Amino acid sequence: MDNFFKDTPDFRFHLEHPIVKKIVALKERNFSESEKYEYAPLNHEDAIDTYEKILEIVGEICADTIAKNAEGVDIEGPHIENNEVVYAKGTTADYKALHDAGLIGMSLPRKYDGLNFPLLPYVMAAEMVARADAGFANIWGLQDCAETIYEFGSEAQREKYLPRFNRDGATAAMVLTEPDAGSDLQSVKLKATFNEEDKKWYLNGVKRFITNGDADISLVLARSEEGTTDARGLSMFIYDRNDHAVEVRHLEKKLGIKGSPTCELVFKNAPAELVGKERFGLIKYVMALMNSARLGVGAQSVGIADAAYREALKYAEERAQFGKVIVNFPAVYEMITNMRVRIDALRSLLYETTRFVDVTKVYEDVMQERSLEKEERMEMKGYAKLANVFTPLLKLTASEACNVIAYDSLQIHGGTGFMKDFPIERIYRDARITSIYEGTTQLQAVAAIKGVTTGVFLEQIKNYDAKISEENKFLQAKLQEMTANYEQVSQKVIETHNTELLDFHSRRLVEMAGNIIMGYLLVLNSQRDEKFSKSAKLFINLASSENKEKSDYISNFDIENLSLYKLVQTEILEETSLA
Amino acid sequence: MRPLKIVVLAKQVPDTRHVGPDAMKPDGTVNRGKLSTVFNPDDLHALELALNIKDRIPGTTVTLLTMGPQKAADIIREGYYRGADYGVMISDRRFGGADTLATSYTLVKGIKKLAPYDLVLGGRQAIDGDTAQVGPQCADKLNIPQVTYVEEILEINDDKIVARRRLSKGIETVAAPYPCLMTVHGSSPACRSRHAKKVMQYKYARTKTELRSADEMLLLLHEKRPYLTIPEWSVEDIEANLEKIGLNGSPTKVKSVENIVLTANEAKILSESDADIEMMIKELIEHHTIG
Repeated sequence: MDNFFKDTPDFRFHLEHPIVKKIVALKERNFSESEKYEYAPLNHEDAIDTYEKILEIVGEICADTIAKNAEGVDIEGPHIENNEVVYAKGTTADYKALHDAGLIGMSLPRKYDGLNFPLLPYVMAAEMVARADAGFANIWGLQDCAETIYEFGSEAQREKYLPRFNRDGATAAMVLTEPDAGSDLQSVKLKATFNEEDKKWYLNGVKRFITNGDADISLVLARSEEGTTDARGLSMFIYDRNDHAVEVRHLEKKLGIKGSPTCELVFKNAPAELVGKERFGLIKYVMALMNSARLGVGAQSVGIADAAYREALKYAEERAQFGKVIVNFPAVYEMITNMRVRIDALRSLLYETTRFVDVTKVYEDVMQERSLEKEERMEMKGYAKLANVFTPLLKLTASEACNVIAYDSLQIHGGTGFMKDFPIERIYRDARITSIYEGTTQLQAVAAIKGVTTGVFLEQIKNYDAKISEENKFLQAKLQEMTANYEQVSQKVIETHNTELLDFHSRRLVEMAGNIIMGYLLVLNSQRDEKFSKSAKLFINLASSENKEKSDYISNFDIENLSLYKLVQTEILEETSLA
Repeated sequence: MRPLKIVVLAKQVPDTRHVGPDAMKPDGTVNRGKLSTVFNPDDLHALELALNIKDRIPGTTVTLLTMGPQKAADIIREGYYRGADYGVMISDRRFGGADTLATSYTLVKGIKKLAPYDLVLGGRQAIDGDTAQVGPQCADKLNIPQVTYVEEILEINDDKIVARRRLSKGIETVAAPYPCLMTVHGSSPACRSRHAKKVMQYKYARTKTELRSADEMLLLLHEKRPYLTIPEWSVEDIEANLEKIGLNGSPTKVKSVENIVLTANEAKILSESDADIEMMIKELIEHHTIG
């Protein structure tokens, strides 16, 4: 039987990272829960063994059920019946399989019927689900919302909503965007009104582009402060589908992830509960929610990339032309090897980022019970700082790379890949959204550039460098050269104090940092497991030449050129108005 | 409807669906060391049928009974992970080498020790022997009605259970009184997957023999949670007659085993025309490849 966990030994490798011991001990409060819950781990080894066993179940369901249903789900898609969403048959079966196996609410505490998993194994599960069906990964991945309710909701809300995930298989949605509020969520208009008589909040208005909009439990961003127009007037609410006060007016017809319903919702005096404090909706809660969603898209992108790579490899090993299988042609094996090398790099970045977020989150959780020691507080701050810039870096890098990998995989399939005969046609379409939703690549660059300007990336790069062993000094020298180059061009841009120029080059600078980081991660991986040494070497070759191209562009860029860009833009506008 | 007591018979078998090049020894016998073991697929269907009845009638209990070497305890653990309530292992070197007759004798001794029961379920056949004899032999020895090739339970009443049988040329609906034995067909629903929390809860389930090589932590855990210790029955525990078990109780003698290598020596090229396709279908039906 196929199993997406067993056929990817990298998962085990990334679970064995030294820092995981700390994460697990904190998450399990030094394994004190085994007295109370008979399914709680007894010690670290037990916990890791449990994660592997549970991920094996996920891997089996992914291979046997979700991947097999993916094509049918893509064709059938969801539809509306009586203003409600009806999933494709395969989607319902997929969700049921995961729910029956107890895999909803994986990271929730046991008190709320969850499995109390750290993020690391949960994100691994998300990667596998995305490899099986990227669209379905959204529906399953939205259990992140439970995490937000846990973090910011009241105890009453936790007790009311959280057990429904694992017990009833409740689905969730994050209801944020509106026709005029996409990337710019500050302009959200959906109105929340407090009724003094029954002391309840009511929501009215329209939301658009809502993934899984007809979920059982929704987190809704709405304007609670009348007369405001900015972020500070927005609060977050929980809407319960059992109240039947929201209509699904329309389902979008999409290029990809067709199994995941994208809804237009009409809130008709829908009762809702305020989460946390008023006015903190966007500035605090949505930001937290978005960060975990971005990590989720990172995992989804790696899953899609892996699916595309495996399809390419399978096809290239079977397809013969000119008397030999095409994988033997340099033009083809170069593409396939590059895919594999990039996936090794992306996966390392994904799980490095996950570990940073994990340490931060687990400390935040511990803080609900006791105050942290000074040392712990310092450590948490350090990891939070890393998580803040690594998350957008990951989202940007992985989503863009998965598109390239899907493109190359389709290319290897030739004309056949353009037809609907092979899964790559679907995978290619599914990949496209990853660099758009949960903040476009361009917005991720805006968030991640802080890692460049504050020196957080550079500092972390130096930390990695200190861990490189003697036998890797050749690769280390190359990485140091890349780092010096990155330092030089980023300084050049920063020193101009021209924010427009910084924005202009932000993606390039962030990608340069990302390449260096992934290079170091692969070398460090190879120090724990020799099998990564080939990927490290090949990746650094690729990354070094990519960085040279970018730094060359930045170095030779005359600041005056910015106005040329604008000039061209103005001319285009004039031409259009003439026509 | 009152809750039922169900016994599910399960066997650990070599994974004959994933056979490597050295799966057979030169003499033509199975090289067990080179084959991984699995829960016999039809028996998993039987387990699902039992769990489905448990879902429909709260309070129903499902007990998994297996006979085999120590390694077969994996079957009991797997059963727990998927929702079985209890598991019992019949394990003793003296049971080794049993054919279907000795196996059914031994299992029946175990089933009787588990009495009273309402329903005994097992897979139609095991993939290592493909005899489909053990289920019917058990029913005969227990002197209870048997329904073979069951695909679905249609009705569960206080005095009878109604099942649909999948036969080669159609289906048949039959009712049987309790207690009865059913063998389950592979066309019935596949077994549900392991449940995360049950895996966490039962992963340390061990037989007494397995516990002999366990560390202190495991022993302590079994002391705290006695349900983790899988009952293990020997010849004496089930009061079996030594003449009727193992090799002694197995009249089946294998005369010889031939190693057959299938080779294709004829190829037929068909066009896309309806006539060619129709011809091919007719031929396949004639040769019982399909239909």
